[in-house]
Amino acid sequence: MSALRIAVDRDACCGSGNCVMTVPQVFDQDEELGLVVLLDPEPPAERHAAVRQAAHICPAGAIDLTES
Amino acid sequence: MMRHSKMLQGGPTLTTTEATPKSFPPPPPAGPRPNPAPEAAIERVLLPTGTQAWLVTRHDDVRQLLRSPDFSADFTAPGFPVLRRVPPPDPKRSAGLFIRMDAPDHTFFRRMLTSEFMIKNMRTLEPLIRQTVVGALDSLTAAGQPADLVEHFALPVPSMVICHLLGVPYADHAFFQNRSRTLLAWSTPPEEAQAAADDLRAYLERLIDVKVAEPGDDLVSRLATERLATGEITRDELVGLSLLLLIAGHETTANMIGLSALVLLQHPEQLRELRDDPALIDDTVEELLRYLTIVRQGLPRVAVRDTVVGDHEIKAGEGVIALLSAANFDAEVFAAAEEFDLHRGSHSHVAFGFGVHQCLGQPLARSELRIALAELTQRLPDLALAVDPSEVEYRDAVIYGVRRLPVTW
Ligand code: HEM
Ligand code: SF4
Repeated sequence: MSALRIAVDRDACCGSGNCVMTVPQVFDQDEELGLVVLLDPEPPAERHAAVRQAAHICPAGAIDLTES
Repeated sequence: MMRHSKMLQGGPTLTTTEATPKSFPPPPPAGPRPNPAPEAAIERVLLPTGTQAWLVTRHDDVRQLLRSPDFSADFTAPGFPVLRRVPPPDPKRSAGLFIRMDAPDHTFFRRMLTSEFMIKNMRTLEPLIRQTVVGALDSLTAAGQPADLVEHFALPVPSMVICHLLGVPYADHAFFQNRSRTLLAWSTPPEEAQAAADDLRAYLERLIDVKVAEPGDDLVSRLATERLATGEITRDELVGLSLLLLIAGHETTANMIGLSALVLLQHPEQLRELRDDPALIDDTVEELLRYLTIVRQGLPRVAVRDTVVGDHEIKAGEGVIALLSAANFDAEVFAAAEEFDLHRGSHSHVAFGFGVHQCLGQPLARSELRIALAELTQRLPDLALAVDPSEVEYRDAVIYGVRRLPVTW
């Protein structure tokens, strides 16, 4: 089983919400600034495809993935 | 291409005796779809203001460029490519217009508004959007057949919703719709466009006075009490923020709804599929955003240092235009891109732009489009165009759209 580790950069995030739209189980936005909040840094395999898509469409390049 | 690259090494002010570059933008197409994407990945174009810019057309390059800190969105930066002559920059008139600012100013304003428009808050707004949509459909059907879908449905829905959010009285819609139309039409002379913007600013200044005196449960009131009263932002900045949201909030979605209805009517099999399986609405909306890319003239930026896009050198001070409509029809990313196909999985489209300026209102736009198109297709199953498609008139404006869409049901 391959593992996928996510890191998010709130300073880079522009609050587009694309990640939240794509995988709400993994990403959220905080109430005050609307910036990304990581709910699950190592999501199960069935979410990997969606997480990769979220990272790809993040306009700010704020989602970093490490596959192992 | 090669020839242009060599010319560039001479420096950013390119006085050339070689063939003049193509003019941009080209004449508008005669249908809902954008003009075919230019063949070159990057080429020099001549803008109506007489200046030149690099037109960037590939999906990868457009994404890279819009995300790169080597490019500025600040229209006062030297070399910024402008498509129409504008009066000299004036701090009062550009205050708060963060769409044309860079970090840290852009970040400051954007963060002030981000949570207001995020998905969670749009979910709580959805009952109101649905009620607005159903009300507009009732007024459309009450108007008698044929009726104009733009006047009765596409325009009032997003106008009412943004008025509700901002706290702008919808009763004033004829005024602000008229001024924003004037402002956005290519054919409007610069002085007239400025006068239209000034009218809107004066109107919003009066509105802000009202909100300061009697705050309501709306965005302008919150900004007035939490940011203006605390000295975090100035009055001119609050006017600018409100102006940007009011215009962006109704013109864009209105044009998308009108064009989307037309495209769905032109693809009856997919329309039937959507009607039979309402869960397809999310994919349908993404494909419509891609296929229509209503911000047709692309996004202007200027290089602030020497840099590279794709494998192409761009010098500091040179203007570039990220042509979203070409990126969204890039065959490397979207197979058979010129076909409308709601099953293609269009999520990587750039219709909302890319980088830190990517549309702030996209969760709102998506909610409005999903609800408007779902209710339209469910409640009016016999919806049909009342004119020949060749008679549909398009709006030659900064945001593409149909002027009128006569329909029967
Ligand atoms: C389908 C409808 C819409 C489309 C296609 C659209 C498209 C875009 C695009 C392409 C940009 C990027 C501009 C740039 O980078 O230079 C943008 C920015 C923006 N849009 Fe939208 N938009 C839509 C709806 C809305 C709505 C409903 C709002 C309402 C609030 C809105 C508010 C904004 C704002 C404030 C910005 C500036 C963001 C920034 O600079 O950080 N838009 N939009
Ligand atoms: S997609 Fe990127 S920019 Fe948008 S909210 Fe998520 S992390 Fe932030």
